[in-house]
Amino acid sequence: MKLAAMPDDNALAHGKAASGGGAAEVHSLAAASHLKRLEAESIYIMREVAAEFANPVMLYSVGKDSSVLLHLMQKAFHPAAPPIPLLHVDTTWKFREMIAFRDRRAKETGCRLLVHTNQEGVAQGVGPFTHGAAVHTDIMKTQALKQALTQYKFDAAIGGARRDEEKSRAKERVFSFRNAQQRWDPKSQRPELWNLYNARVHKGESVRAFPLSNWTELDIWLYIYRENIQVPSLYLARERPVVERDGQLIMVDDERMPLAPGEVPQMRKVRFRTLGCYPLTAAIESQADTLPAVIQEMLVARTSERQGRIIDHDASASMEKKKQEGYF
Amino acid sequence: MAKRMESAAGAVTAIDDYLQRHETKSLLRFITCGSVDDGKSTLLGRLLYDTKLLFDDQLAALEGDSLRHGTQNGQLDFALLVDGLAAEQEQGITIDVAYRFFSTDRRKFIVADCPGHEQYTRNMATGASTADLAVVLVDARKGLLTQTRRHTYICGLLGIRHVLLAVNKMDLVGYAQGVFKRIESDYRVVAAQMGIGHVTAVPLSALHGENVSRRSSAMGWYKGPSLLEQLESAQVDRAASKLGFRMPVQWVCRPNQNFRGYAGQVVAGSIAPGDEVVALPSGVRSRVARIVTADGDLPRAGVGDAVAIQLEDERDISRGDVIASISQPPQVADQFAAHVLWMDASALLPGRPYWMKIGARLVTAQVTDIKHRVDVNTQEKRAAKRLELNEVGYCNLGLDHAIAFEAYDDCHELGGFILIDRQTNATVAAGTLNFALRRADNIHWQHTDVDRVARARIKGQNPACLWFTGLSGSGKSTIANLVEKRLHAMGYHTYMLDGDNVRHGLNRDLGFTEEDRVENIRRVAEVARLMADAGLIVMVSFISPFRSERGMARGLFGEGEFREVFVDTPLEVCAQRDPKGLYAKARAGRIRNFTGIDSPYEPPERPELHLQTQGASVDELAQRVIDTLFGE
Repeated sequence: MKLAAMPDDNALAHGKAASGGGAAEVHSLAAASHLKRLEAESIYIMREVAAEFANPVMLYSVGKDSSVLLHLMQKAFHPAAPPIPLLHVDTTWKFREMIAFRDRRAKETGCRLLVHTNQEGVAQGVGPFTHGAAVHTDIMKTQALKQALTQYKFDAAIGGARRDEEKSRAKERVFSFRNAQQRWDPKSQRPELWNLYNARVHKGESVRAFPLSNWTELDIWLYIYRENIQVPSLYLARERPVVERDGQLIMVDDERMPLAPGEVPQMRKVRFRTLGCYPLTAAIESQADTLPAVIQEMLVARTSERQGRIIDHDASASMEKKKQEGYF
Repeated sequence: MAKRMESAAGAVTAIDDYLQRHETKSLLRFITCGSVDDGKSTLLGRLLYDTKLLFDDQLAALEGDSLRHGTQNGQLDFALLVDGLAAEQEQGITIDVAYRFFSTDRRKFIVADCPGHEQYTRNMATGASTADLAVVLVDARKGLLTQTRRHTYICGLLGIRHVLLAVNKMDLVGYAQGVFKRIESDYRVVAAQMGIGHVTAVPLSALHGENVSRRSSAMGWYKGPSLLEQLESAQVDRAASKLGFRMPVQWVCRPNQNFRGYAGQVVAGSIAPGDEVVALPSGVRSRVARIVTADGDLPRAGVGDAVAIQLEDERDISRGDVIASISQPPQVADQFAAHVLWMDASALLPGRPYWMKIGARLVTAQVTDIKHRVDVNTQEKRAAKRLELNEVGYCNLGLDHAIAFEAYDDCHELGGFILIDRQTNATVAAGTLNFALRRADNIHWQHTDVDRVARARIKGQNPACLWFTGLSGSGKSTIANLVEKRLHAMGYHTYMLDGDNVRHGLNRDLGFTEEDRVENIRRVAEVARLMADAGLIVMVSFISPFRSERGMARGLFGEGEFREVFVDTPLEVCAQRDPKGLYAKARAGRIRNFTGIDSPYEPPERPELHLQTQGASVDELAQRVIDTLFGE
């Protein structure tokens, strides 16, 4: 078996022996593995979305959680092709590798891919360097997402958020209701008992569905490993050009990155724990250049993954606030 | 797991080993509940801290938050770890349930931290519905409180059979054994009343970490394991279900002409290709051809497996049907006795139709009778005509379609349901089916040879219901009266049901409260339907103030038979006309629950006919109704 085999520059296939004997095992989740149980739960949620909504979409952000969602979606509707299109909100500041990876995966899986960019923001030249993290994220991500959901009249959007990510996420329902203004009201969420998800909405209202609610970051990585799921190689340590800003390592992914006088990007061996807009996604120094090594590093990790997201640091309650405004 | 090939990379072996151990660990889902200030969030934060689940940056954020909002004089305030919403941190209370994840070498845990306030009972029920065990906190200084009883009752109602009683704040009672023993024995009595058979009590101090993850040296008299050790070893497996195979159909998979698979998750029993199955409620029989998954066909599927079942022959089976073993099928019924936890600010009214979601099925359900309500604080049974927010009722439930079901105790997936308001779409109740009412089995539709088509034909007309709704004094009866007179003159067979007249007879026992109004309309709608069955053109002239009930009436009729006529006269004009002097009395407070004065009128959103009466003659208005009836 080979590890970290690279089918092309943009992807990571970390290879595992084909589990051809899988079908011979007697399945019963009473005694089944933790990952199998999580997988079944996610499949159940996706099927509920497909069955109950007229016009659902899956938010595809190219990261590891989206890769797992895409994989689960293929399983949920097998042998049919996934009946739910993918939507990527492109802020125009994503890592270049992410865009190439996105286009290739959509082609390989046969999923319909919709890409939306806030053109008003582009016209105004909004970007993280000129407008700061908060304004950029609001206009190019939150507003762009709302534009897309309104434009396509989606009544449900599947997202990859997990409850272990952040405190306000820990409170969110699997089917999370949004009013016609796409706002989340954390103080009066619909009760959600058992796995009976209330999918009824009026025109203009919508539900955000989170099939990975009960997964942890570690579960995601172990599942990627076990199922041999492709993820961008940005997750693996490589020599990459970075500059250090406020104690954070930022990769210089293109020429739009303004450098201070005398500032020279340095090649350092780094990887990313989450993927987003490159100027807002800090790298960590790491020697983990294979998936098992990443998982092993994680087992001893002492910082949570959202630390690499610069947008969360403004205030502890900032995620809740952004979510109320429509952020995923 | 498939065996992996040998590899030189040490990390691979390490990860494979880890994966193996990680995968075979059992999962325990539990909730923490108890009164406000019993220290639930502190206990949970302490568990996360002690099991090293907190990362450095989370700890740093916690230190900052502790200084800003903390209640521990700048010391780490673990409660802030779990109270995630800004409003919660400001108010120092838990509003909604938070899910946390941690694991030890022995087990993985998903814990739902539940709010203690009565107004957030629905959120507590949300957390409890997916839990196998409850950690019930009690403040050693206060002993059992109303909330302890309420939470234990809700846990029992939702089928939790294992409780770890955490007697917290033992440091504040000098670690006294007597205090602990007294609380433990008090609680055992309560738990037994609520059907919770397994109680284990632990004395602890969450603040100081005594008996949370390490055994306390301060309480030498306690020889048992710490709370964490109890959580690691608790055996909560539901006794192996005796039920045969059951799978609600979630989604029909039809990628092409040659494949039709019924996708769903197995909720009881197991199945293999070749097994005979029945689809319920239709009773269609077939045999399993394949059990399809993306990882290949399975030789057998068991509880929890998400699969797609292909049958040997093409059958008409759709979402919401239950595929079951033919030798031990579930019962099918449309009338039930059930416990209902009401979770909405506007009360449950018997007779009002709600959406009911059970398994993958959505039907219309009405509470036909509230046998009693249970005071969730005292567990006393009381008579009730409605259920208010956070009340539990023992009710009879009538559905518009028969469903396959199991008693909740035997199968949560086929016995637990939610009710959804048809106007607001809010989830207004959670319930558990107890058993089918016999009358559903025994009352069959009597087949009649002369049917409604034949009855209408002999009269030379199409049956219809003209439903006049509007305020008292709006002119409903005047218009309806003239319509009937004209139809009669044209040779049609008609009947008029008038609100006041019906209240003298059929509905003599009903008053004007919201629940009586709902029942009033239900009866009238049923009578109108019988008359339409007899081939008549029925005019109903009733205030019928609520959209739900008018919608329910509409649902009783065939396509195009029901026409809602909104007689729209402004309240002030009605009050001025006041033909029966009722407005004057209502305004003087001598009549209660008068529509438009102290009881709401919900105008129709899409009536077939909207009559604005001002400035129009009765002749003209009646003619418009007749035109609508004949589709002109």
